[in-house]
Amino acid sequence: MRLLAYLRFRIAALFQRSSLRADLDEELLSHVQHRADDLERSGLPRPEAERRARIEFGGREKYKEEIHHTMGGNFFGTLWQDVRISLRVLRKSPGFTIAAVLTLALAIGANAVVFGLLDALILRPLNVPNPQTLYTVEHGPDKSQSESYLDYLDLRDRNRTFESMILYNIIEVGFDTGGSPSRSMGYEVSGNYFDALRIQPYLGRFFHGADEHGPNSAPYIVLSYPNWHSRFHDDRNVVGRVIQVDKHPFTVIGVAPPSFNGTLLFFFPDFWAPVVNHEQFGGGNVLNIRNEQEFIMAFGHLKPGVTPAQAIADLNTVGAWLEKTYPKTDAHMTFALARPSLAGDLLGPPVRGFVAALTLLSALILLAACANLGSLFAARAADRSREIALRLALGSSRRRILRAVFTEALLVSVAGGTLGLLGSIALLRALSVWHPSPRYPIVVPVAPDASVYWAALLLALASGFLFGVVPVRQILRTNAYEVVKAGSAGVVAGSSGRRITLRDVLLVLQIAICAVLVTSSLVAVRGLLQSMHSNLGFDPQNAMVLASDLSMGGYAGENVPAMQRRMINALQAIPGVTSVGLIDELPLDGGAPNEDVFTDETTELVPSKAAAHTMNYKISPDYFHAAGTTLLRGRDLTWHDDKNSPAVAVVNEEFARKMFGSVDNAIGRFFKPEIGTRLQVVGVVENGKYWQMTEDQKPAIFTSCLQSPMNATSMVVRSDRDPQQLAVDIRTVLRQQDRGLPFELLTWPDQLGWALVPSRVATVALGVLGIMGSILAITGIFGLAACSVSRRLREIGIRMALGAQRREVLRAALGRAIKLLVVGSVAGLLLGVLAGRLLAFLVYQANPRDPLVLTGVVIAMALLGLVATWIPAQRALSVNPLVLLREE
Amino acid sequence: MNDQAQLLPGTLDLLILRAVSLGPLHGYGILLRIGQISGNALLIEQGALYPGLFRLVRQGLLKADWGTSENNRRAKFYALTAAGRKRLREETLSWNRLAGAIAAALSQQPEEV
Repeated sequence: MRLLAYLRFRIAALFQRSSLRADLDEELLSHVQHRADDLERSGLPRPEAERRARIEFGGREKYKEEIHHTMGGNFFGTLWQDVRISLRVLRKSPGFTIAAVLTLALAIGANAVVFGLLDALILRPLNVPNPQTLYTVEHGPDKSQSESYLDYLDLRDRNRTFESMILYNIIEVGFDTGGSPSRSMGYEVSGNYFDALRIQPYLGRFFHGADEHGPNSAPYIVLSYPNWHSRFHDDRNVVGRVIQVDKHPFTVIGVAPPSFNGTLLFFFPDFWAPVVNHEQFGGGNVLNIRNEQEFIMAFGHLKPGVTPAQAIADLNTVGAWLEKTYPKTDAHMTFALARPSLAGDLLGPPVRGFVAALTLLSALILLAACANLGSLFAARAADRSREIALRLALGSSRRRILRAVFTEALLVSVAGGTLGLLGSIALLRALSVWHPSPRYPIVVPVAPDASVYWAALLLALASGFLFGVVPVRQILRTNAYEVVKAGSAGVVAGSSGRRITLRDVLLVLQIAICAVLVTSSLVAVRGLLQSMHSNLGFDPQNAMVLASDLSMGGYAGENVPAMQRRMINALQAIPGVTSVGLIDELPLDGGAPNEDVFTDETTELVPSKAAAHTMNYKISPDYFHAAGTTLLRGRDLTWHDDKNSPAVAVVNEEFARKMFGSVDNAIGRFFKPEIGTRLQVVGVVENGKYWQMTEDQKPAIFTSCLQSPMNATSMVVRSDRDPQQLAVDIRTVLRQQDRGLPFELLTWPDQLGWALVPSRVATVALGVLGIMGSILAITGIFGLAACSVSRRLREIGIRMALGAQRREVLRAALGRAIKLLVVGSVAGLLLGVLAGRLLAFLVYQANPRDPLVLTGVVIAMALLGLVATWIPAQRALSVNPLVLLREE
Repeated sequence: MNDQAQLLPGTLDLLILRAVSLGPLHGYGILLRIGQISGNALLIEQGALYPGLFRLVRQGLLKADWGTSENNRRAKFYALTAAGRKRLREETLSWNRLAGAIAAALSQQPEEV
């Protein structure tokens, strides 16, 4: 009840504020009049009596303020008053206001974007019910997520800790809805997929575990909502329709809800199809082969109350059983759990590292901005010391003045925060519709939401408080009497003497942070440039790549190599084409076929006896020529290395050295792949990059596509002709060969762009942060220099009148700013070099000790200093002592 | 001036209550009444009275009404409420106890301790 009464009183006070105020005014006036009546009665003339009465009454405004304060209920009233005054004050110095708001907008914007990334990629779980109990299963020392189908079945049936275990795998198929066939990527999944995830269909139905009756028994397909929307134009009658998937009929049975886009954060599938039909997706009949670990991602919900540790112990029990029962195929069956959203430990650690580094750097930006604004506010408080002193002398409380200063800081922070947030929303929206890969449905799911808005608002308010605090001491120490007596100049001279002030420390801090940012962005840019020019082991220039999958055209068995040979011959006949080669997976294209190899003497081909783990490519005879890979020793594969001749391989330098000691030793020697057929080394080629740009050198072998055929291939077409015209010819030739075969044609550099996406993204992000850091440093140095010039204008004028030279004037005006710049830059450079170790994880070939980078940082900081001090220096030099001295 | 004592903190409210207990008064009247009953021994800055008045009104110890003063001017008159009267009694008692105790303490001779 009392609380209610209190609230009512407060609210009433809020609304009756103006009537209260009038009431109070009248009462105080009445008091003064009564006193004046008495004084008049004692003989004073009326005007004199009134004057005396007013003086005796004391500080009217002060008492009114005090009364308002005792009345309570006017926290909001005072706040509103403060806001209005602050707005007026800020409007009076638009330069300061704009600089402050923009600085903060940049910093808050950067932080909001980074928080958006952090939220979307790390904090937010998958959009499925109960995501916190969802774990993906990894096994072996290298945290492999590939399982064979048989191992998966054993894991699914023998574990006792998962509710149900799901398998899924990314596949690419030819999708034919009646028009022209096109390539499409989706998931092949175990039948229990939707049930285990507890997803309900948007339209039609989903398939279930009960629909699986052995290989190719479930020709059903579920469409994703975006796919249904774009390819089927929201046609509700699509359910029940039969479409061709790799020339096999599949029935569309349902559409997934719009909120569900698969179980990877950044890869939105077009469809889901049962994994039991794997063979029809061009995968070969591998469901019954235990060592074909080609299915990624077994995962599922833990049962209620089961801890991850218990689940791991349980899986390891199954793993031990597998190792014992299938010693030939199953080794290293120890398990670990990871979050499925970033493909577990495949992408989790690098993405997390990247986002963590970004968070750190953007926090530094915000800190630098706060330092910048703090020194701006301190400078402003110093400039206003006379006004503050006057207000104190007139009876205003320090508390009230501090409130006003804080209100200003908060207004600036809210304005800057809002502006920054708007910018970050635009940027995040752009990011979320960005498709970095021309081929894969990769997305960055960072649509901004409420948590981003809150984060931006909180950061803005916190930083407003941070830089609002800076001038507090200054105001508390203001001695009204001294200031009014001496005039502002005297006080300023006192506080900006030789001593190190808070502003100096802030500026050095800010410049140091900026130098760190500039160092890291230069390191990143240089790393990217170097990675563009490092030896890939092939030459992407003047080459086009043609990706196709013959299973999409219904080819099988002996027809596959025959058709491939026909295509190669037809392409080679195009005028201007110098060579054409075929490979199962292009290097640096996301896929990385690899396997264990054994020495020729090994008889027991189990994983623990392997001599090396190597990349394993299948190529056509002319591939090395077309790809621009140099043959170091021996011979290339030929069209005679077919099924009827001995199995041979070309290996890379690293493989030769690892297996046989040297390149020369390798020619003519034998080794065994997992299937056991002896392979003879006939040639050695140069090393290259296979899986990613930043990898350590990996061994690789190349075997003939005639001796082990495959459906999905990329053909490299080398030609000096213009890619546009060449593409037209290539399309014509392919259409003559097979009208219904979907394919994809890109220049090799475009195709490779994808491999560079991570380091490009890192470089752009670091570059942007570096530029922001530079802007902040410029404004900070500019602020200090401009301030010191304007304060010492008189001194400069006198010096010039006494005959000082330009150099001496500049030294007097800017010496301090430049000294601080140097100290800050050196500190930042040292820190940057230390932080560079972190960068090495992100950016390929990042080397912060690179002399070029160090020189670059020094030059950049010097340039920043020059830009920032140019205008104040000009102002100092253009001082006309006569005008100046006359003004005072 | 020098023979006027500074007010102890918190005593202004008590003085106001006491002054008003003798009949409704406006602000200036209260000031005069305090001067009168204290023999002009206490120094109160005139304006300082008003925050105290507003505080007491807010606590419900005083009630205020506009009326016409003896000078024929509009003025706000303050009067005690029941709660105010009760508070005055309590405060007077506790003040007397305190004052008596302090006086006793100060009047002790060294040999009596």
